[in-house]
Amino acid sequence: MEKILDVRNLNVSFDTYAGTVQAVRGVSFYLNKGETLAIVGESGSGKSVTAKSLMKLIPNPPGRISDGEILFEGKNLTTFSEKQMQNIRGSAISMIFQDPMTSLNPTMTVGKQIMESILIHQALPKKIAREKAIDLLKMVGILNAEKRFSDYPHQFSGGMRQRVNIAMAVACNPKILIADEPTTALDVTIQAQILELLKILQKKMGTSIIFITHDLGVVANIADRVAVMYAGKIVEIGTVDEIFYNPKHPYTWGLLGAMPNTNYYGEELVTIPGTPPDLLSPPEGDAFAARNKYAMKIDFQIEPPMYKVSETHYAATWLLHEKAPKDILPDFQKKIKRSLGNEKSIRNISNSNGKKEKLLEIKNLKRYFPGSKKQVIKAVDGLSFEIYRGETFGLVGESGCGKSTTGRIISRLYTATEGEVLYNNENIFKKKSDSEIKKLHQKIQMIFQDPYSALNPRLTVVDIIAEGMDIHGLYSDKKERMNRVYELLETVGLNREHGNRYPHEFSGGQRQRIGIARALAVNPEFIIADEPISALDVSIQAQVVNLMKKLQKETGLTYLFIAHDLSMVKYISDRIGVMYRGKIVELAESDELYNNPLHPYTKSLLSAIPVPDPLMERKRKRIVYDEGNAWRDKEEEPVLREIKEGHWVACTNQEYQKYQKESDVI
Amino acid sequence: MMATELVSISNAESFNVRGVENLAKYIFSRLGYMLVTFLVIATFTFFLMQTLPGSPFNDEKLSDSQKERLYEKYGLDKPLPLQYITYMGNIAKGDLGVSFQYDGRPVTNIIGERIGASAVLGAQSLLLGCVIGLFLGIIAAIKHNTSIDYIAMIISVIGLSVPNFVFAGILQYWVGVKLKWLPVAFWEGFEYSILPTISLSVFVIATIARYMRAEMLEVLGQDYIVTAKAKGLGSFSIVMKHSLRNAAIPIITILGPMTVTLLTGTLVIEKIFSVPGLGEQFVKSIMTNDFSVIMGTTLFYSILFIGIVLIVDLLYGFIDPRIRLSGRTK
Repeated sequence: MEKILDVRNLNVSFDTYAGTVQAVRGVSFYLNKGETLAIVGESGSGKSVTAKSLMKLIPNPPGRISDGEILFEGKNLTTFSEKQMQNIRGSAISMIFQDPMTSLNPTMTVGKQIMESILIHQALPKKIAREKAIDLLKMVGILNAEKRFSDYPHQFSGGMRQRVNIAMAVACNPKILIADEPTTALDVTIQAQILELLKILQKKMGTSIIFITHDLGVVANIADRVAVMYAGKIVEIGTVDEIFYNPKHPYTWGLLGAMPNTNYYGEELVTIPGTPPDLLSPPEGDAFAARNKYAMKIDFQIEPPMYKVSETHYAATWLLHEKAPKDILPDFQKKIKRSLGNEKSIRNISNSNGKKEKLLEIKNLKRYFPGSKKQVIKAVDGLSFEIYRGETFGLVGESGCGKSTTGRIISRLYTATEGEVLYNNENIFKKKSDSEIKKLHQKIQMIFQDPYSALNPRLTVVDIIAEGMDIHGLYSDKKERMNRVYELLETVGLNREHGNRYPHEFSGGQRQRIGIARALAVNPEFIIADEPISALDVSIQAQVVNLMKKLQKETGLTYLFIAHDLSMVKYISDRIGVMYRGKIVELAESDELYNNPLHPYTKSLLSAIPVPDPLMERKRKRIVYDEGNAWRDKEEEPVLREIKEGHWVACTNQEYQKYQKESDVI
Repeated sequence: MMATELVSISNAESFNVRGVENLAKYIFSRLGYMLVTFLVIATFTFFLMQTLPGSPFNDEKLSDSQKERLYEKYGLDKPLPLQYITYMGNIAKGDLGVSFQYDGRPVTNIIGERIGASAVLGAQSLLLGCVIGLFLGIIAAIKHNTSIDYIAMIISVIGLSVPNFVFAGILQYWVGVKLKWLPVAFWEGFEYSILPTISLSVFVIATIARYMRAEMLEVLGQDYIVTAKAKGLGSFSIVMKHSLRNAAIPIITILGPMTVTLLTGTLVIEKIFSVPGLGEQFVKSIMTNDFSVIMGTTLFYSILFIGIVLIVDLLYGFIDPRIRLSGRTK
């Protein structure tokens, strides 16, 4: 294999007022021609900085490459002048960024932006560059390319914009394409399309790809080799199979364990306790030691060297030293073994608590918003489902399907255009007096998606948590009130001292815990969690989900869990409703839904989730849901029908018969 | 998914045709609103004038019968509602009445005669101010937190905090009296306009430089700038092609009213340099209670202002395609 890129001992640091932050600390790796190397790690691990410094895109000052070599085709890029780098950027090495919504210039047509890439690096007449740009648009799968050439970015959807970004990046047949979390901001089905597109382009053009992500499912799907980064270092690197089936570093074990695999259920997710170290003053020894339960004394003193596991597989952990204990079985492997045995039995216990009591019932709920040009946006359009006391109901769907609107209607943040929401058999919109509404708000609480904007930055944690208690006058005694706040802080895994601090002093995961404590403060029965973990890192997600499960077990809470991450929903929910265009298209117990999906949209959604298992990823076939076709065949409006006990699908009469046959066979 | 894509494509196809239609419709409805605004302003000014103490014919030398005859001549003896109706009727015909002070000269004449000097002076200082101000702002943003940035911002703070008549005085003394390079007063050629132009543009430079710097800093931090850099663009092209247009909206917003103020003449500078502009005339008219000229000038000012606001709104759409679509449908 021919090495196209060889990075040796790369160090990148940022000069800040507080001191020098060593974002990348001695990273070495190589990239072969035509392969895909994935760099995984949590936020702050230095993966993005590494990628950007390969193109010398680190803003300077404050950032600088303080040491190391970047050998691209044998030439050291660190010695290149800015002018020389401009010739490399976009032609030999190019990059796609995370957020397609902001990475295109809003005031320039997409065609011009693509043409620009071509014209900078190739002496072509404008007309030919234009034709080339149109060809590129066609190649990345944009229909009607000639017309769309002169459209502006805001006239494209997120997925389409990312395609434009890709067209721009590959315009000059780059040797290396760096993709910095290119699918993180996209829905799963769109993500699957983009990943497929990248693979096709790679095959066509022989490009090497550096793919940065935190999603191990995506890694399993696209990578040939994987580098795991932690605290500015590569802690493990190897082929995708070596990393997934024979990981050596405890941090890799943690990452793998924290991902809920859709194939097992029940046990707590493995969490990595704590948070990554502050790179202003990196810890001595192994940076991961403080969060590593297998850490030995030496881990806190001396940094482990890279041990060679195989020709392609290296890991930096003292566990590979010849004197280290050999009988360690990583957590995530234990879990797989156990789940094979008694997966079903765990599920049954949680559901067999006698007869089910309806807590919430939604009947034909509709919510329309006024749109542009006298159109109405039907955010929620005839939604019906029930939630039973003590269960977790998962509501999944892609962005814009109306799942968040639903949550907001139930908590009375929005009114309904039509339909009923019955809570404890009482219509919540019938409640008129302030005290009635107040009572309702005490019972129904919300946890929000973005922990950074959901907490008032001017209030201390105590005030944030106690605000609800004060509104409802739960505690008249000051001491009692404080005790309750402290108790809540401890319940969510924080301690008393945290109470007097302000939100900005906490990490994302800690803030989400504060959000949960705030919701719990008024002793609610029902919590609406609107994408509570999607802004968090994998290992932190696991911490929050475990906390939510624990609270449910202890206090019998009922959850409405709204999310687009299907694997996490499957893990936490008892029943799941799949939403599409403001309606539920399928509703079933979560195992049933995953093992036996009937509606074509559910099937396509499930087939789009990348699983953190390379072998499965290679076998997987994506099912595409063509809504246009699906609707055209129907003379009658599909309605929710029960195919078998507890499994509902939106279908016509004819489909109903078909589905019943299908599910009988299974 | 397919269906959504198809919908958006068909939208895009009809966009151009609908765009032109929408634009005409939009401008038409805006003109309607402008007319209403103008009528309100005219009415308001008319009645406001009545509350002013004094009369244009307060000269002690005039006898009561002479005054009465003057009142009759200018129609000031008629009841107020009738005066109002006559006045509005005349406005509709483009007639702003006659001056009391200059013995019946039409107000439109006076404005027409005076606006030239003011407009030239205003346009020159606007141009000078924009060029230097934009340059300073852009340089300061690109060289953020360096001495260049600090110097540009010190210039800006001085320009904002020191009144322009101070600069006018300094310029007159040094450039005019001491060095004798340029004339210090009157309006008899281009060289006469240089000093007042510079004095007027200081404030423009300072304001624009500040706004431009802030806006450029914001734009240069955007993701699409990194994208442009990753394409291999140099910093000059990044500024010219990707930053300026995106930073222009707030600049246009402040430039609109500023243009009106400058073009219609500034009281102090015109007085200091003895420029026969509209500003100077305005002050004179107020002092002599020349109601019809005051009103005429006010209305002229408001028409310009309303017009500029429309132009600014249209420019928004021209600069930012996102405003083009969403703004007009509302």
